[in-house]
Amino acid sequence: MKSSGRTERLVTVLVSLWLVLFGVVPLLLLVATSFFAQDPIDFFRLAPSLESYRQLLDPGYLQVMRRSVQFAALTTLLCLLIGYPFAWYTSRLSRPARVLVLVLLMIPFWTNSLVRTYAIRMVLGSQGLLNQALLALGIIDSPLRLLYTDTAVVLGLFYLMLPFMILPLYACLEKLDYRLVEAARDLGAGFLQTLLRIVWPLSLPGVYAGCIMVFVPTMGLFYVATLLGGARQLLVGNLIQQQFLNARNWPLGSATSVVLILMMALMLTGYWLVLRRLAGRRRQ
Amino acid sequence: MKGVCRLGFFLGIFAYLYLPIVILVANSFNANRYGLQWDGFTLQWFLAMAGNASLMEAARHSLFVAVCAATAATLIGALAAIGFSRYRFPGRRLFQGTLMTLMMAPDIILAISLLVLFVVVGISLGFWSLLLAHITFCLPFTVVTVSARLQDFDPFLLDAARDLGASELQILGRIVLPLLRPALLASWLLCFTLSLDDVIVSSFVTGPSYDVLPLKIFSMVKVGVKPEVNALATIMVGLSLVLVLLSQLLLKEREGYGPLR
Repeated sequence: MKSSGRTERLVTVLVSLWLVLFGVVPLLLLVATSFFAQDPIDFFRLAPSLESYRQLLDPGYLQVMRRSVQFAALTTLLCLLIGYPFAWYTSRLSRPARVLVLVLLMIPFWTNSLVRTYAIRMVLGSQGLLNQALLALGIIDSPLRLLYTDTAVVLGLFYLMLPFMILPLYACLEKLDYRLVEAARDLGAGFLQTLLRIVWPLSLPGVYAGCIMVFVPTMGLFYVATLLGGARQLLVGNLIQQQFLNARNWPLGSATSVVLILMMALMLTGYWLVLRRLAGRRRQ
Repeated sequence: MKGVCRLGFFLGIFAYLYLPIVILVANSFNANRYGLQWDGFTLQWFLAMAGNASLMEAARHSLFVAVCAATAATLIGALAAIGFSRYRFPGRRLFQGTLMTLMMAPDIILAISLLVLFVVVGISLGFWSLLLAHITFCLPFTVVTVSARLQDFDPFLLDAARDLGASELQILGRIVLPLLRPALLASWLLCFTLSLDDVIVSSFVTGPSYDVLPLKIFSMVKVGVKPEVNALATIMVGLSLVLVLLSQLLLKEREGYGPLR
């Protein structure tokens, strides 16, 4: 036992080193970069500066941030509204049907997201299927401008993020003891009462996990905003991409991403608190 | 009545998820360049795609990175999971925390933090930076997949082997790895897909010397519809279909694996 531990120890140390080098160190470097001075040639200068954070408070910049949060919140809400019944129905299906639904959900999920965004663009274009269908049905007389609108961006974000909401919700709802629902029904609770007082509270960990998986990552999907929303800067991801790849202003780009990191940390703390409260309630 | 509603709901969602993909695939066989109407079946866009040298080169690069990253991540992840399950070491919690952070962190954060690392350390942006980045974001998934499998199997098997005088390598090669095979294959497939699917990390950590598919496709479709991209997309959709079904079969095998559970 003692001699056999050496290889394992070596491997474990090496893998831990890898994680530290490519997981922890880059994040620290990123945060550090946000506190350096800007330099158009070398990306940044090794002089402490809070200039980037001052620029974050620029009205134009703040405006993009606010819109980005709105987009992400709307997408998260849509995903939750559609994903919740989806996950619930799926968890109530027979086993083979459940596998079928989950596989059908996974296939688009495993397909390149850029390709899928491009596919949406085809449907929404002025000559696209949706317009043609609406015209043929006589609902509209001239093509609607769907592409390069905020609606198109939200539809695209929703399309890409829906599985991220459904999977944690499903994992949570699948474990829910259905006898609780039956007991509530037997005791005379209606549909709404059962949902609000039994199912929803018990599924809160799944709801929080799903919202975390959707909300912050949505703000990073710069290519969706570019392909469906036109050239405008809509998401925080676009700002970061621009600062890093075009403007070569790394400190500002880093400061912008620090905001995202903080949002993520905040949401994770909320998640942790919910888990703790549920665990506490169960113990009582 | 309720069943009809439920069926309608599922059909509606799946229509939303699949319709764009179906149209894309249909258009890759459509003689009409802009896909405005059906002008007959053609394979010319596939020929155009094959004739587009830079697109093909990007595809080769992407596949190569995906194969390398999946192999390396599965190997490293499996070793990490094995070490992690059997060996208590200081910093275990940090290890776990880092894995979770890597898994939850939005791609864009991972992308720029790695970009900063590569530039600060002086790794030029190209194949190696791309590979290191892809291994890094695949790693948590392999560790989780393999750990889940490890929890299922009987620790006495290892003790028995040791008592019978098997060396550490023999135990690994003749007991642990065969038992882990479905999980290893499933995690390889997942990593391969994650790597091919990635847009955000690749956009930041590769250089002009090493163009990959997402960047190439992005720059091609920014301006409009490109039939060669439709053809390529059809192939990619087909590939992910095969991969999902394959990994599903592997998971089935795992469930059918009875006596030790």
